[in-house]
Amino acid sequence: MSTAHSCFETDEGGLKTHPYIPNSEPGVRAEMLAELGVESVEEFYADIPAELRLNRPLDLPEPLVAEHDLVRHMRALLRRNTDTVETLSFLGHGIYPHHVPAVCDEVNSRSEFLTAYAGEPYEDHGRFQALFEYTSMMAELLEMDVVNVPTYDGFQATGTALRMACRHTGRARVLLSSAISADKLSKLRDFLAPDIEIVLAPVAGNGEMGDVGIDDSFAAIYLETPNVYGVVETRGRDLADLAHAHGALLVVGADPISLGVLAPPAAYGADIACGDIQSLGMHQSYGGGHAGYIATHDHEPLVAEFPSRLFGIAPTAVPGEYGFGDVFYDRTSFAHREDGKEWVGTAAALWGITAGVYLALMGPQGMREIGATILARTRYAMDALAPHVTVLHQDAIHFREFAIEAPPGLLERLRAKGIFGGVPLDDRTVLVCVTERHSIADIDRLAAAVREVMT
Amino acid sequence: MSELAERTNKHSTGESFAEPHGQLPVRPKPPLRRFHQARWDEPIIFELSRPGRRGIAVPEPGAPEVELPEAVRRAQPPRLPELSQPHVLRHYLRLSQENLGADLNVDVGQGTCTMKYSPKVNDRFAAEVAELHPAQPVDTVQGVLEIYHRLERMLAEISGMARVSLQPGSGSAAIYANVAMIRAYHASRGEGHRDQVITTLFSHPSNAACAKTAGYEIVTLMPDADGYPDIEALKAAIGPRTAALMITNPEDTGIFNPRIKEFVDLVHSVGGLACYDQANANGILGITRARDAGFDLGHFNLHKTFSTPHACGGPAAGACGVSEALAPFLPGPVVTFDGTSYGLETPERSIGKIRPGLGVTPNIVRAYAWIMALGAEGLRAVAETAALNNNYLMSRVLRIPGTSAPWDKRRIEQVRYSWRELSEETGVHSEEIGVRAADFGVHYWTSHHPHVVPEPFTLEPTESYSKEDLDEYAAILAHVADEARRDPAFVKGAPYNQTIHKIDPTPLDDPKQWAPTWRAYVRKHLG
Repeated sequence: MSTAHSCFETDEGGLKTHPYIPNSEPGVRAEMLAELGVESVEEFYADIPAELRLNRPLDLPEPLVAEHDLVRHMRALLRRNTDTVETLSFLGHGIYPHHVPAVCDEVNSRSEFLTAYAGEPYEDHGRFQALFEYTSMMAELLEMDVVNVPTYDGFQATGTALRMACRHTGRARVLLSSAISADKLSKLRDFLAPDIEIVLAPVAGNGEMGDVGIDDSFAAIYLETPNVYGVVETRGRDLADLAHAHGALLVVGADPISLGVLAPPAAYGADIACGDIQSLGMHQSYGGGHAGYIATHDHEPLVAEFPSRLFGIAPTAVPGEYGFGDVFYDRTSFAHREDGKEWVGTAAALWGITAGVYLALMGPQGMREIGATILARTRYAMDALAPHVTVLHQDAIHFREFAIEAPPGLLERLRAKGIFGGVPLDDRTVLVCVTERHSIADIDRLAAAVREVMT
Repeated sequence: MSELAERTNKHSTGESFAEPHGQLPVRPKPPLRRFHQARWDEPIIFELSRPGRRGIAVPEPGAPEVELPEAVRRAQPPRLPELSQPHVLRHYLRLSQENLGADLNVDVGQGTCTMKYSPKVNDRFAAEVAELHPAQPVDTVQGVLEIYHRLERMLAEISGMARVSLQPGSGSAAIYANVAMIRAYHASRGEGHRDQVITTLFSHPSNAACAKTAGYEIVTLMPDADGYPDIEALKAAIGPRTAALMITNPEDTGIFNPRIKEFVDLVHSVGGLACYDQANANGILGITRARDAGFDLGHFNLHKTFSTPHACGGPAAGACGVSEALAPFLPGPVVTFDGTSYGLETPERSIGKIRPGLGVTPNIVRAYAWIMALGAEGLRAVAETAALNNNYLMSRVLRIPGTSAPWDKRRIEQVRYSWRELSEETGVHSEEIGVRAADFGVHYWTSHHPHVVPEPFTLEPTESYSKEDLDEYAAILAHVADEARRDPAFVKGAPYNQTIHKIDPTPLDDPKQWAPTWRAYVRKHLG
């Protein structure tokens, strides 16, 4: 026998019964082996050739089996972080510090949701209904009838929306505004390769997408609003008309938290809406709170292009009961492997349920109010900073973010005053984010700090 | 009431328990659990709305309101439901109860999904990163970067790979990132003409689907007479067009392919890369490693093998591991460590950033804490117990008349079984047996399509279940098989003890009737 031996079969005082592993208890293990008539668990591994066996223990840190020891270790690590509650933060750029209602955390930390997976619509009826309600509330916000069970994040949602447009039109060229985050563009370049060409439209002086032209080779125009500079695009209708005149689609990236006050993309002619839902009840979580939505009208040829699951209502044997199931499952890679549309798999369902909870708490009134508060505070912050630093695109409407021209060292000097001042977009541009979490006093503090740094 | 119904838990109260009350000792429990799933008969949330109610208040602007031009202003308020806070909570708690989470059941029936215990203490650690932003200066996030770095090193040791990226948001996102690295690697060597990816039927469908999305032609190896991917078919498939082999081992059948190194060597011999989908790694932790079989890259699902919760289908997390040769192509940024402090840098030929932030950080924290609670010996215990549990359950399941495990081969951590014999005898299909099994409070999954194993079901009892749990699961299957023989129509009529009754799926595939949202339902069906 090789030097590889079962950890149960050492006499060196090693681990015997681990609290996470019921059958690591030596008595039951012996009983099970005896019932199977095998000497050792080694027999289960007999098909693994000797030269592929790892003949040594893995080189890993000593375990902290006692829960208290683990807690002490983790606390020591986690204490080395300073977060955006401890430090006044104006960081955004795709990851936003919105207030997360306590009920959102309460619901998504329930064991029944947190540890469920892929059960049938009988024993997991609640998961299906909660996700159906999420897509239904998003549909009201978006004024579109079809919304997917979430994909990974807004980057993926945008990439898939553009691929959907290409498949739908049979074309392989898309026009994107350059007012898009470099990270998202990086993802799109990777995801749309090798067959889809990206053409970048210039940014106009007011921060909106510049004048553009397309021909009949384009599958889509992609417009993002608010865009990477926080600028609300005002020419959606013109761009929809332009796209449609050439048989292309208008794909609009919109943050749903803005849609209590801003027109939904469908209102100005968008064919596909997409984006991230992190703002609807998810924490920043160092990038861990993302999920992506994709929405269309109930137009069968476009519905056929969704790779994601779509949950719909179905009747049951009992009147008055809602059943649920997969709409048009035959589209998916689960049904047809590489012949399905892109792929589907585990993505971000729990964040979809959470966003549903958020929208149910907010209702139409809450969504209007939060939009109004963010619009007002963003403008307030722009006005407060304008005397001290160059605020870009001042005449445009901004939602939640705006860009400033930053002299070298600005962010470091703000940092020294206990403020994360913004996300640098390039050597001289900084993006400042203001949400409903930032009080007027917080904004005044930022403005005062900028003034001090600049004088 | 039929004899059969009486023997089952179809009626959880009533005649069969009409004994005098108040007598001790309480009678012993019947052999099978008298389960009934929660049934709140809960309306759709829109039906609970009353205009004017609200669930949460929002801060006042505190500054002059901004007037919006008509072109961008929402014309009418969204028709969202209006509920007070306790009613939102109550509604969602009821829905949560109508759900069979892994914490509640002997969750061995969602085979290939590696349903294991996700320690509660790790959820607390995950919550502590809630307010961290990825653009914070690195000196303010040394703790989280250290966790990333340490987990990357651990997964590198477990897989034998040189470098690891924790950026992908799931297993399939990691598969796609691997395909993107394969593409970038070949392009960097002027070999962009390689346009085929080879995979196997019993590897997860995302291997084929992701590679296809990235522009590759897919070649699928079918199982040979022994259940292994056909090596002769591989020999015929490889050539100058081969970009990579993307393969799982053990495959979803639970069979470990002993010639795996030969597969890798064959692909290498024509200049292709070998990519390992380690979705089924739970039974081989510390036993054998990807790199030692020659793989160039691969991925783990942290929500499978490394215990992060499945969360109704995500957020999850994937880890891409690569050899030195592929390290320059990893998604960026990656965490660096200079011996004193942690930083971020983007590898030289990175495929770029593939999601916002650095990864699904709460799950990175959970996976790290899970490995720290186990160590090398504990991981070995995980693998060995998963294999022991699987072989034990297999011995129990194969005693049930009508079952089989196609191909007479050893299994590691899961088995794809078949009800072919029972189905031929009774006309009851595997899906129907699964629905009936859920009446006893357990999950059951058939398999991915196509169903090459006829009437399939796939069980994966990880290390988290006890012998008693496995006995209970096998007893439920035996009971349902017995029901199928005695009264097939009864099994076909299931479920009986669930939140809802049998669904008629017809409208789901009819564009005129389907209702993927409440809005569509109202428009099409409520006028």
